[in-house]
Amino acid sequence: MIEVKNVKYIYNEGADDEKQALGGVSFSVADGEFVALVGHNGSGKSTLAKLFNGLALPKEGEVLINGMSTADKKKLFDIRKTVGVVFQNPDNQMVASIIEDDVAFGPENIGLPSAEINERVQWALEAVGMEEHRKGTPFRLSGGQKQRLAIAGVLAIKPQIMVLDESTAMLDPVGRDEVMKVIMRLNREEKMTVVMITHFMEEAALADRIIVLNGGLVAGEGKKEIFRNRELIESAGLELPLAARIADALRSRGLSLDENVTLPEELVNALCR
Amino acid sequence: MPIKITDLNYVYSKGTPFQKIALSHVNLEIADGEFWGIIGHTGSGKSTLFSHLNALTRIQSGKIEIDEFTLIGNGGKKPKRKHRPDYKALRARVGMVFQYPEYQLFAETVADDVAFGAKNIGIKGEELNSRVKSAIEMVGLCYDDVHARSPFDLSGGQKRRVALAGVLAMHPKILVLDEPTAGLDPRGKREILDLITKIKETLCPTVIMISHNMNEVAEYCDKIAVMAGGELKLVSTPAELFSQTELLQSLHIEMPGVTALSCELNARGLNVSRSVLTEEQLVEEILRAKGAGI
Repeated sequence: MIEVKNVKYIYNEGADDEKQALGGVSFSVADGEFVALVGHNGSGKSTLAKLFNGLALPKEGEVLINGMSTADKKKLFDIRKTVGVVFQNPDNQMVASIIEDDVAFGPENIGLPSAEINERVQWALEAVGMEEHRKGTPFRLSGGQKQRLAIAGVLAIKPQIMVLDESTAMLDPVGRDEVMKVIMRLNREEKMTVVMITHFMEEAALADRIIVLNGGLVAGEGKKEIFRNRELIESAGLELPLAARIADALRSRGLSLDENVTLPEELVNALCR
Repeated sequence: MPIKITDLNYVYSKGTPFQKIALSHVNLEIADGEFWGIIGHTGSGKSTLFSHLNALTRIQSGKIEIDEFTLIGNGGKKPKRKHRPDYKALRARVGMVFQYPEYQLFAETVADDVAFGAKNIGIKGEELNSRVKSAIEMVGLCYDDVHARSPFDLSGGQKRRVALAGVLAMHPKILVLDEPTAGLDPRGKREILDLITKIKETLCPTVIMISHNMNEVAEYCDKIAVMAGGELKLVSTPAELFSQTELLQSLHIEMPGVTALSCELNARGLNVSRSVLTEEQLVEEILRAKGAGI
């Protein structure tokens, strides 16, 4: 369980370019939940990602992971074993010169037996469709392949909580779909908690809960019905999912449609009865 | 014919255990004034192909002609002297905006960063200043507000615009953008795409955009090239490509959201066209079909 309690975060505190990234944010994520975190660029999403595993510490308030405070240095190892974060830029996340070593880095660090490490490396690489590159080097991979590798490296730890910060932004749509399926399956079947930071509203609409950040504050949260609140979405610099946009345009042209239409299949059902 | 690529091949780490074929027998012609979308899986060779255009990747085998410049491979070795064009002039002609270009900002001020490329191709004095100023304004930033600031103090979207301005200050005639909207929020994506359209109309007539976003490719591009496993699989128009369901499946290409919706509606008995490419078209098609049904 993640508990974010009245967290403030400020970059370059005291300097001329001081910038408040989070201005008192509170929310929690329950075990096994799938939460999407959305918001415009600069709304504080990525700052939160760094706070979840103690890479950055709140200036005020606290972040608790299964009751352990990220400010407690003695708990940091356990926290990082629990929370796996895949960041945006995969180039900053490569540690080894051979792909299988890179994926094995996390499991080795948490002290797994080598047979299991081997199994997990194979499993994680298969999960992201990179098994054929196992003996290759990360530095010759494309941007999207590096992202897949970064995801595999965290999957191999099998963290109880997985945080993905725009980690599929460079993937092709089919690749993103594959990786999403693996993550959703781990969420459904193995009860892995997932926090997904994304700019794809279609992806966010699939989550159990959506949290909207705007200017360092939580502007709203809820299930996909949150997209009915046009003003909230608009003011947060986001856009509605495609099906909701089409439904809006049809309504403004005089077609009467259920206001809950958010997903493509809902639009199709509403139009083809 | 401003760009003609003939039988281009490329192998990474040739002769080592990491040897990997990145491009295999690629042939492609791109005419002046076209807006191309390049799609394909991660690792399909898209970025390798286009980093050849301004000779950042040394051509190994095959031939590339861009206006008056000709690049001819010499088996991975330095090209023969007669096959070495004026690289500076070539790089001014072909502007290259990489993935996450904001990671490449480095100068102390926005103005210095934007000026860097133009300076390197020999632009100086008043001409340099005026180019920097107009490039910053062109990407939608206010010169007076930002020119003296550190690029690192800007927001992500603004940094990307500064990086783009640095390329525009070189006055390229061909602009290559590698996933220009990756990582931007929906509004930022829309703004960058509208900006690219404006640049195409006013400064740089030929645009090549590598993208994973089928929606933007369908909406903005005239032509699409599909890469897979280092090969150029096909060249098509968005309308033609995205209406071929089976072909898309065999190439593992996703349909744009609107096209997928139109196909689904069609399959469920609503008489809408299956080759819709924009939201406006889809809305019109649905209204037409619904009107006909009443």
